Amino acid sequence: MNLTRRQALITAISAAAVAGFVPRSAMATTMEEAMAAFTGGAEATEGGAVIITAPEIAENGNTVPVEVAAEGAARITIFASGNPNPEVVTFAFGPLAAAQRASTRIRLAGTQDVIVVAEMADGSYQMAAQEVKVTIGGCGG
Amino acid sequence: MPGYTRKATLAVLLAGTVMVAPALGDESAELVIDGETLITRAPAPEHMENMSEIMSGWLFRSSETQAVQMDDFDNPGMLYVDEGLDLWNVVEGEAGESCASCHGDAESMAGVRTQMPHVNENGELWAMEDYINNCRTERMGAEAWGWESNEMLSMTTMISYQSRGMPMDVQIDGEAAPYWEQGREMYYTRTGQLNFSCANCHEDNYGNMLRADHLSQGQINGFPVYRLKWAGVGSIHRRLRGCITDTRAETYGRGSDELTALELYVASRGNGLSVEAPSVRN
Amino acid sequence: MEGVRPRVRVDNATEAGASVEVKTLISHPMESGQRRDGDGNLIPRQIINRFTAEYNGEMVIDIAIDPAVSTNPYFEFDATVPEPGSFTFTWYDDDGDVYTATDDQSW
Repeated sequence: MNLTRRQALITAISAAAVAGFVPRSAMATTMEEAMAAFTGGAEATEGGAVIITAPEIAENGNTVPVEVAAEGAARITIFASGNPNPEVVTFAFGPLAAAQRASTRIRLAGTQDVIVVAEMADGSYQMAAQEVKVTIGGCGG
Repeated sequence: MPGYTRKATLAVLLAGTVMVAPALGDESAELVIDGETLITRAPAPEHMENMSEIMSGWLFRSSETQAVQMDDFDNPGMLYVDEGLDLWNVVEGEAGESCASCHGDAESMAGVRTQMPHVNENGELWAMEDYINNCRTERMGAEAWGWESNEMLSMTTMISYQSRGMPMDVQIDGEAAPYWEQGREMYYTRTGQLNFSCANCHEDNYGNMLRADHLSQGQINGFPVYRLKWAGVGSIHRRLRGCITDTRAETYGRGSDELTALELYVASRGNGLSVEAPSVRN
Repeated sequence: MEGVRPRVRVDNATEAGASVEVKTLISHPMESGQRRDGDGNLIPRQIINRFTAEYNGEMVIDIAIDPAVSTNPYFEFDATVPEPGSFTFTWYDDDGDVYTATDDQSW
């Protein structure tokens, strides 16, 4: 019994490892590409300006509430680093935005880091990341 | 597998959760919507011999999921209420009538959810969907709606919403008694390859974890429910089918006599809890 | 797309220059383009790809949306109300349809 379970576990891990190397489809972008597209190749630093509010554990990956804020930012974007395509949403704040803050609900394909990058008023880029665990329920129903 | 008992199956399933930190909400939280406090805990109805308190499924959800139901704007189930209110006034069918032609304002439906399912004048047990379709085909001369169609879900959600806050109060005696007995029998009968009854999870193990899922009492006072998993509203029969399929059993059709009887019995286990429609669950 | 229903809730400003909280929700399946139907064929993508909020013609927020935003897209943000007037909220669908909602502010 133990042996069987261990073997099953090893098989599962191997399968996951292989899955990680499956070539992405032509449409998909990598996290690096998505980041470069947003920053124009500039480096984003973790300077503490970006604040992410998201659950540590999401009850369902279909609908995960996320709030982002970065005081003085011109734009804030959310990446789901573990989704087939990492781009999620980009908020561009206009002159009548009272705060550089926004909330939405997003889809996460599994447990992963949510990466938030802000384009600051001076043209520099700041970022922050938070892991969100996506649980697999006992009862699909 | 020799010696591998049925009890052990559930124990193994439950033990599997220790590796994952549960997404537990606050079980002592109060469900307040628009200043109104809903009843999420009540003394168990007399007919429930094995339990002393009944609890809404809302109490078992994470604080994020709980919060979505506490604000009618955040709650996407309210989209169905809006749609249902529009449908209420739509004239359809040969008789040239809408729901409103006979029933007046939708507010006249207050209290209906608390008594569903209900035995009709011919002695048959009907779910709310049956009453709606009967109106459509017999009085309006319109086509029946599919059980899980957007129109039906919008209408049942809107009608149920008119009773929000009122305690569930289904009849279980008199003409309803044989249906209730049938439902009770189903609730306690083990079924499927996993050989679980409803009670194994929702009476013996509520509050425990089934993998990463916090097991509730399986109450249906919140239906129709907006499930994050479904990204939409679903019917009671959809959920019951899901549960039965999860035990790896052949299930019954939506609107079948079996599921309607089971719905009556499960509803009666929530007598005293507030109608929450549209509730929000994971 | 038919049957798409926008909802907005905006706080009422009580003076010029006040900050108000805005919540918006729209009924939309946000079909990601990655799901397959029963026959194994990809279901074509159809999402709300952009949302804007303007007040008296001036931009509050302009949101670029990808398929990873959930069904029935929800947004919450803060707007400055410099003078009496009205908000215009606009959702852009992949199929070319545009849905709008407004909210008047006065005090």
